[in-house]
Amino acid sequence: MAEMLKGGVIMDVVTPEQAKIAEDAGAVAVMALERVPADIRVQGGVARMSDPDMIDGIMDAVSIPVMAKCRIGHFAEAQVLQAIGVDYIDESEVLTPADEAHHVDKWKFTVPFVCGATNLGEALRRISEGAAMIRSKGEAGTGNVVEATRHMRRIRGEIRRLSALPPDELYAAAKELQAPYDLVADVARDGKLPVVLFTAGGIATPADAAMMMQLGAEGVFVGSGIFKSGDPATRAAAIVKATTFHDDPDVIAKVSRALGEPMVGINLDTLPPDQHYAGRGW
Amino acid sequence: MPVIGVLALQGDVREHLRALGGAGARAVPVRRPAEIEAVDGLVIPGGESTTLWRLAMAFDLLEPLRKLIGGGMPAFGSCAGMIMLADRLVDGVRGQQTLGGIDMTVRRNAFGRQVDSFERNIELSGEPFHAVFIRAPWVEQVGPDVSVLGTDAGRIVAVRQGVLLATAFHPELTPDRRIHELFVSMVKGTS
Repeated sequence: MAEMLKGGVIMDVVTPEQAKIAEDAGAVAVMALERVPADIRVQGGVARMSDPDMIDGIMDAVSIPVMAKCRIGHFAEAQVLQAIGVDYIDESEVLTPADEAHHVDKWKFTVPFVCGATNLGEALRRISEGAAMIRSKGEAGTGNVVEATRHMRRIRGEIRRLSALPPDELYAAAKELQAPYDLVADVARDGKLPVVLFTAGGIATPADAAMMMQLGAEGVFVGSGIFKSGDPATRAAAIVKATTFHDDPDVIAKVSRALGEPMVGINLDTLPPDQHYAGRGW
Repeated sequence: MPVIGVLALQGDVREHLRALGGAGARAVPVRRPAEIEAVDGLVIPGGESTTLWRLAMAFDLLEPLRKLIGGGMPAFGSCAGMIMLADRLVDGVRGQQTLGGIDMTVRRNAFGRQVDSFERNIELSGEPFHAVFIRAPWVEQVGPDVSVLGTDAGRIVAVRQGVLLATAFHPELTPDRRIHELFVSMVKGTS
């Protein structure tokens, strides 16, 4: 299902006007939100699913797919989003979790889900629950790519390790990963996840996007990085181009010029432990 | 063995590469004019047609691609690729251009949103074909030189005009290789 988004950029937007800017810049989809992660961090409080009227406004404004977020485990929010007719649901750690043990049983829905993961075991647990797409969690709303790098390297590294194992060691590997054996065996055979793997969390520049693609991401989510920057339209188009030509430094150099101010970043060691979103999810 | 390029701007490039390999061609991803000129045929994959168009425009590929296709290079487009090969587009975004080549009018997102996506048997040249439709377009009208190859409940979903082939669905996502084999034989000049 999510194969058609590959090589593309999915952008967080909070208004129909931003959605139009994203579409005009070449986004393959937009994520409709009331607050981008950077603002959720600043304002605090419980972060929930967006107002359906707000999501409708964005769905009316653009003709590319529209995603929306529900809280981890909040299956009723997911039911509402499916009823509205969104194209994908992101069961997201950026919102305040609604269940500390269970994620949404995504097989019960016809709308496809994307879920975050920090490692291969977590990715496979989400896929076993029915996720059609995985993204690295990174650390949303920080403009700091270091966590996305860690998660992409870990997921890809664990995949490579599985591919090198003899078949009789895959059973113990499944136990260690806390993931279903059948999915572990699929990954070992194919050398890749059985669904699309995107990256997210802290991507703020064309070079960030290019790095993630070279680390094996099949596409990029950009959250606060675009509309918290000085010139969103130019930066959005530049990140789209950098994602496609991720292995061509001349193109990355060209699109990195004259982008205006990037979003202000947050160093993760200054972030209190309860503000690390990547630890949310089970 | 013919060499077929898959336009690698955005979309399910890998699936087409694999399908072409299984259909008797050597398949390579292509993104630059010189790479595209070097292949015997071109596949435009499924993806987001507005993104394909904007990237093709930003990297000065629209005119070279139009020239190659107009000059007789065999091309096959699935879903967004069908949109790119259409002479006329309905429900595109403002200003959206196609490459053209097939004398047809295509309606973008005609079958609806993601949740309206479906898979079922369609009729392909009189035989059933299991087809996956994702936010798919359909063909509203074709010119006299266009052969209709596939229909679903009366809707035109696969067409051919000369060495150009287009499907509203995604044969690259299913194991049935008939469509890719047809395209490979078109590239070889044997069909």
